[in-house]
Amino acid sequence: MFFYVVRRLISVVIMLFVISATTFLIFFASPIDPASLTCGKSCTPAVIEGNRIKLGYNDPVPVQYVKFLKGLVVGRDYPDDPQIKANNPQLVTHCDAPSLGYSTVKTKCVTDIVKEALPITASIAMGAFVIWIITGVLFGIIAALNRGRWPDRLLVGLSLIGYSVPSFFIGVLLLTFVSIKWQLWPLPQYTSFTDNPLLWAQGIFLPSLALAAVFGASYVRLTRAYMLETMSEDYIRTARAKGVKETTVIRRHGLRAALTPIVTAAGLDLGGLLGGAIVTEQVFNFTGLGWTSIQAINVADLPIIVAVVVVASFFIVMANLVVDVLYGVIDPRVRLT
Amino acid sequence: MALRDATTPAQAPASGPTTSAAGYLELRDLKVHFPTDDGLVKAVDGLSFTLDRGQTIGIVGESGSGKSVTSQAILGLHRRTRAKTSGSIFLDGEDLMTVNNERLRTLRGNKMAMIFQDPLSALHPYYTIGNQIVEGIRVHHPDMSKTAAKNRTIDMLERVGIPNPKKRVDQYPHEFSGGMRQRAMIAMALSNDPSLLIADEPTTALDVTVQAQILDLMRDLQQEFGSAIIMITHDLGVVAEMADEILVMYGGKAVEHGTVDQVFYTPEMPYAWGLLTSMPRLDRVRKERLDPVPGNPPSLINVPSGCAFHPRCGYRSEVPDDDCRAVVPELLDAGGGHLVRCHIPPPRRRELYESDVKPRL
Repeated sequence: MFFYVVRRLISVVIMLFVISATTFLIFFASPIDPASLTCGKSCTPAVIEGNRIKLGYNDPVPVQYVKFLKGLVVGRDYPDDPQIKANNPQLVTHCDAPSLGYSTVKTKCVTDIVKEALPITASIAMGAFVIWIITGVLFGIIAALNRGRWPDRLLVGLSLIGYSVPSFFIGVLLLTFVSIKWQLWPLPQYTSFTDNPLLWAQGIFLPSLALAAVFGASYVRLTRAYMLETMSEDYIRTARAKGVKETTVIRRHGLRAALTPIVTAAGLDLGGLLGGAIVTEQVFNFTGLGWTSIQAINVADLPIIVAVVVVASFFIVMANLVVDVLYGVIDPRVRLT
Repeated sequence: MALRDATTPAQAPASGPTTSAAGYLELRDLKVHFPTDDGLVKAVDGLSFTLDRGQTIGIVGESGSGKSVTSQAILGLHRRTRAKTSGSIFLDGEDLMTVNNERLRTLRGNKMAMIFQDPLSALHPYYTIGNQIVEGIRVHHPDMSKTAAKNRTIDMLERVGIPNPKKRVDQYPHEFSGGMRQRAMIAMALSNDPSLLIADEPTTALDVTVQAQILDLMRDLQQEFGSAIIMITHDLGVVAEMADEILVMYGGKAVEHGTVDQVFYTPEMPYAWGLLTSMPRLDRVRKERLDPVPGNPPSLINVPSGCAFHPRCGYRSEVPDDDCRAVVPELLDAGGGHLVRCHIPPPRRRELYESDVKPRL
C-alpha cells in the first residue's frame, strides 16, 4: 500500500507537469501575442511592451515554462531581469512561492488571488457535498427498498426533475424567491469561516443547496441502482438464511457494499468541484475560483487562467488518488500494488 | 461443545395447533407459486415428504424443477418476495408456514441451516470469514461474548478440516480456495448445531476430488451431530453417495420417491429411467452417442397438461386413451413405500424396465 501511494504521488507530479506544460503551450505558443491580451481596454503599444517585459513574454516558451516552475518553488520576480531590478526596482514585483504568475490586469500576484478565491469555492463545494450525499444516498436507499411502490416512483420522478433542471435555474429560483421575494433566508454573502462560523454557514447555504440539487438527483438514481444490485446478491440471501435481522442485513451487508462505488464517485465529483463551481458562483456572485476564472477568461487574463487550470487539475488528480486508495481500504479484494 | 443446551427463550417451540407430524421434518402439499407478468410460475406444485434426524434425502431434478425453491421455502426465504405459498412444513412439530417472521428468523441459521451452491458469491466479500461466522453465532446467542464466539468459530473451522484455523479466521473469502470456502460455509451453517441441514448443490462449483472430501465431511458431521440433511443436486453420483432416500422432481412435482436402492435399481418412472440411462458409464460398452432425455425442461408457467413429462416420454403408447396428456397422475405407492407418479400400470413398468432400460444401463 505504501509503495503504491508513493508511486501514485510520483505519477501525480508527472501529470501536473504535463498538464501545466500543455496549458503553457496552448496559451503561449499560439499565434496571438499574449502580451496584447494583458491590458484590457486601455491598451497602448507602450503598455503592451511594458507588460511583455514584466511578465517575461520575451523569453522563448521553454524558458518561460522553466521560470514558471521555478517560481512555484522559490517565488519569482516580475520582471526577472537583473538589469531592471538594479536600475528600476520600483518596476519589479515579487511574488512569493508558490508563485502561480502575475496578473497585470488585477496588478496582483495570482497566488494571492487564488488564496482568496479558493476558500469560497471550497466552502460551497463541501457544503454541497454534505447536502447531496446525505439526501441523495438517503432517498436512494428509500427508493431501492420500496422498489416499484409509490415512494420509489416519487423519488425517481423528483430526481429526474432535479437532474434535468439546469443548476443556474435552481440557483436563480432560490435567490429570487427564497431569499429576495419571500425573505425566508438572508441574501447569500460570503463570510470567512474564521471570521464567523455561523454567518459562514448561513451565507453558503443557498449556493450549496443549488449546487447540490443536480448532484443529489443523480446520486439518488445511483444509490438506488447500486442498492438494488447489491440486495439481489447471493450473500444477502446467505445473511438472511443465517437468521440475521432484516435491518442488519440491509445496513451491514447491503449498504456497505453498495456505498463503496458511491463514495468513490462522490470523491471524484468533489475533486472536480474544487476547481470552481462556475455557474453557481456566478449566480450568487461568490468570488470563488469559478467566478475568478470566468472573469479572467472574459478579459483573457492568461496568468490567472493558467493558474486556475493547474489548481483545478491538481485537485482532480489528487481526488483520483484519494479515491483509489479509499477503494483499496474499503474493499479487501482490491490489491493495491 | 454443543450449543443446543443453551436455553434462550426463542428456542422454545411456539404454542399452537400442530397436527401430529410424522418425522422430524414433514412437508405436506407444499406449493410455491410466483405471479409474474408472463403468468403464474408454479415452481413447486404439491410436494410432500418426511425426513427424520440422522437421515439424508436427496432431491434430484433438472434446472428449473423446483428443487432450490423448495429448500428456500423451508427456510422461509420467500416471505420477502411476492411468492404465493400454501401447504405445511412441520419442523419438530411446528408448522413453519404459520409462524410469524420473527419466530422463523430465530430458527433460521439455528435449528435449520443452509449451505449454498457457490461459496464465493454466497459469502460477503468485505467481511472476514471469522466475522461472518461469528455474526451467525451471535445472532442466536446474543449474550455470548465476541471472544467466545470467535473461539467457537475457530473450533468449527478446525472441525471442517481447514488447516491453520487461527490464522484463517481473519482472512477474507477471496483468500480461500474453492474447497476451503465451501468448508467454511459448512462450518458457518453448522455453527449453531442445526438439526436440519439443507445443502443446495454444495459441490457443484467444486472439482471432483474436493467434492469427495466435502461429501465425506458432511457424512461425518451428520453422524456426529445427528442432523437431518436435505441434499439438493442434479448429480446422481452425489446422491448415490450420500442419500438414504431419493426424491426425483419434475415440473414442480415429485415424480418418484423411494429409498436409494429402490430408485437406482428398480426405478419405475420413465423420467428416472432417462436420468439413469443418460449417465455416461465407464463400465459399459462405449457407445457413439450419449442417451439424453429428449427435449427440454417444461415451462413452469405453461406446465404441460396431464403428466408434465408426457411431451418427452417415449412410453405414452403404453397408456390407453390419452391419459398421459389429459390426466395428472397421482403419486402412488408401487410397493414398499416406493412412490411413483405415472399412468403406466406397475407390472408393465417393471417389465419395461427389465426389457428396455436395464440393458442400457
